Amino acid sequence: MADTVAGLPVQHAEKSFYQQSTNKYSGILSWLLTTDHKRIGIMYLAAIGFFFFVGAVIGLLMRLELIAPGRQIMDAQTYNSFFTLHGVIMIFLFIIPGLPAIFGNFFLPIQIGARDVAFPRLNLLSWYIYMIGAALVLVSLFLPGGPIDTGWTFYIPYSVRSTTNVSMAIFAAFVLGFSSILTGINFVTTTHRLRAPGMSFFKMPLFVWATYATAWIQIIATPVIGITILLVIIERLFGVGIFDPALGGDPILFQHMFWIYSHPAVYIMILPAMGVVSEIIPTFARRTIFGYKAIAMSSLAIAFVGYLVWAHHMFTSGMSDTARWIFSLLTFIVALPSGVKIFNWVATMYKGSIDPQPPFLWVMNFIFLFSIGGLTGLVLGSLATNIHLHDTYFVVAHFHYVMFGGTGTIFFAAMHYWFPKMFGKMYNIKLARIAVLLFFVGFNLLYFPKFIMGYMGMPRRYYDYLPQFEALQEISTVGSWIVVGTLFFILGYLIHALLKGKKATSNPWGGVTLEWHIASPPSMENFAEIPTVTREPYDFSQLKEMKNE
Amino acid sequence: MNSYTDAAVHHVHRDDAGAKMGMWLFLFTEVLLFGGMFLVYAVYRYQHPDQFRLAAMELNTGIGTLNTIILLTSSLTMALSIASLQKGNRFLSMTMLSVTLLFALMFMVNKYFEWSAKFSHGIYPGSPELVNKPNGEILFFGLYYVMTGLHALHVLVGMIILTFMFVFIKRNKVTSENYVKLDNSGLYWHLVDLIWIFLFPLFYLIQ
Ligand code: HEM
Repeated sequence: MADTVAGLPVQHAEKSFYQQSTNKYSGILSWLLTTDHKRIGIMYLAAIGFFFFVGAVIGLLMRLELIAPGRQIMDAQTYNSFFTLHGVIMIFLFIIPGLPAIFGNFFLPIQIGARDVAFPRLNLLSWYIYMIGAALVLVSLFLPGGPIDTGWTFYIPYSVRSTTNVSMAIFAAFVLGFSSILTGINFVTTTHRLRAPGMSFFKMPLFVWATYATAWIQIIATPVIGITILLVIIERLFGVGIFDPALGGDPILFQHMFWIYSHPAVYIMILPAMGVVSEIIPTFARRTIFGYKAIAMSSLAIAFVGYLVWAHHMFTSGMSDTARWIFSLLTFIVALPSGVKIFNWVATMYKGSIDPQPPFLWVMNFIFLFSIGGLTGLVLGSLATNIHLHDTYFVVAHFHYVMFGGTGTIFFAAMHYWFPKMFGKMYNIKLARIAVLLFFVGFNLLYFPKFIMGYMGMPRRYYDYLPQFEALQEISTVGSWIVVGTLFFILGYLIHALLKGKKATSNPWGGVTLEWHIASPPSMENFAEIPTVTREPYDFSQLKEMKNE
Repeated sequence: MNSYTDAAVHHVHRDDAGAKMGMWLFLFTEVLLFGGMFLVYAVYRYQHPDQFRLAAMELNTGIGTLNTIILLTSSLTMALSIASLQKGNRFLSMTMLSVTLLFALMFMVNKYFEWSAKFSHGIYPGSPELVNKPNGEILFFGLYYVMTGLHALHVLVGMIILTFMFVFIKRNKVTSENYVKLDNSGLYWHLVDLIWIFLFPLFYLIQ
């Protein structure tokens, strides 16, 4: 091992990146002007975490409104703004940037043995652009005209006719997209240029592969939403007519362009999550990953085929039958690479010596919830059933299972897996185990009834409903209390760990990727000397030697 | 604090090939941005071929051609500016950069006269004159304004970048050893040129 990470013992004596800054300032300025990828990752964590809680509280309020038929705590227009805001915050401010911007920033350079990303200053700029976008969302709420009420999909023609502050809110989405593009460019270049000696593409950890594939999607797909949003804004300001049927434009064209981005965006959300899973499973099963190349390649396959399935969101919008069955077929094909991953994960666990620590439990949670989300996705991907379920609660349940049960859960898994490395402190394992259980129960109470309601015909985006849905709606609302309660519970014990937790060792879980070879928290330069990589990424035979170091 | 010296160590990392790669990726996103517009153009041209042709006749091919020549030449002077800096001729490089900027300015002035002529004929988005025309023509002029407008915005941004480069060369921040910034600005400028090469025939030539 000594040859793999040379000069390691020195590391422990060195200052951590919290104590040493990349600029000449100290205090808050040393953070706001930092170019250290780790500090930027933590700044993203603070910002994104904050918006996640805002979004969750809005969700809680919506559920409260739905606890009984009729008006409870808000009127219809407020509900419209709430689900739009909830959607915009959760999608553009939480789930799309979430994993790449926080954990990608922090761990991608470390896992390939680099000192920083390729463009550290651009990295900081991306954070500021993200913050400007977020600020625009917030400002748009308070300007005259009122908060946007179009739903997060901004469908034409309503988004042109609505008198609310649509322009500003969607311009915020444009700005956020710009931040996403810059991060993508940074990660692709970093992966190509800064791998440590010996770190060939097929020796990279799978989280790097996933983040790399994601970065490509960010680069390829985001400009399309950028131009689409610009067109909507131009349409609102000047009435050019590009999407206005009265002037010859075609609203369906907007939907195509919107989903050309937004479907690949779904993979921006899920691919890094799959990468995290591929990290956590080998570590806690103490076995090298099964089918490394298949998993790596399936990420690229998802990135590519995912680009070609957008129109399955539009089966009822009026497309030709040929177009519809082609998109339906492609939708089924894109399920294949995801299946490849699931099988490989399960095969990795087979005969492993499994250590059910909290990160692993979150992953189990993920596999269960994501499977439900994925399988109901096939129900929606089939033409016949889609016609029945389109725009019902079934869709709402499906995407919460995929996004929240999938990526959201993995967000917590990553948080629990890397927390000791990022902060150098250990949280209370027992409480963390309880949190997984609570979340699981609450989550299913919250969203499973929505499948049934959707099947029974409850449409989405309604602030009121018929009496026959009352029992199920109530269960769902109770579930929302448990989920949001659990979120605050997790926040509580993590903050407690931060302030009073035990010091974490440099390798609490027995992982073998490069981040576990350096101190917790890492030093500013990550590695005293750039390591030379000789091993496969998940070669656990080195664990014994690592213990001796 | 000793962190200042650390900071110096932290920043010496220089990777010209990496910087170029990042720029190419960025240009790729620009192409996709305009790609979205070209897609819209293609769809509507397919739907209204005759009206598009009719509307295109109203554009001034003369000014369009002139602007094409101006932009193409500016790409040449841009390339010359980079080449002269590589050869160590700062003065020539700065001269060529200024000429490029001058061409860019000429392009914008032409564009201004072209647009204002259209405006004075009452052809602008939402004008009563335009709204009474058939749908295909409305779309044509809508796209004309949006696409050439977006392109002009890129020319403007390019001019700002080139001005910065001029200052950088002057202050020896961009030198014959370290010219990747100028190189990348050149790439951007060629892209702006390239997009125009597509806009020109689509709007002015296919009639
Ligand atoms: C904290 C717990 C959450 C609760 C209680 C919650 C609740 C809700 C509710 C009640 C709706 C409106 C359903 C309707 O009337 O159609 C909704 C919509 C939505 N939620 Fe959540 N949600 C939560 C978390 C999340 C997360 C983590 C995400 C994304 C990662 C998310 C993404 C969305 C989206 C995209 C919509 C659709 C908005 C629209 O229709 O425009 N939610 N959620």
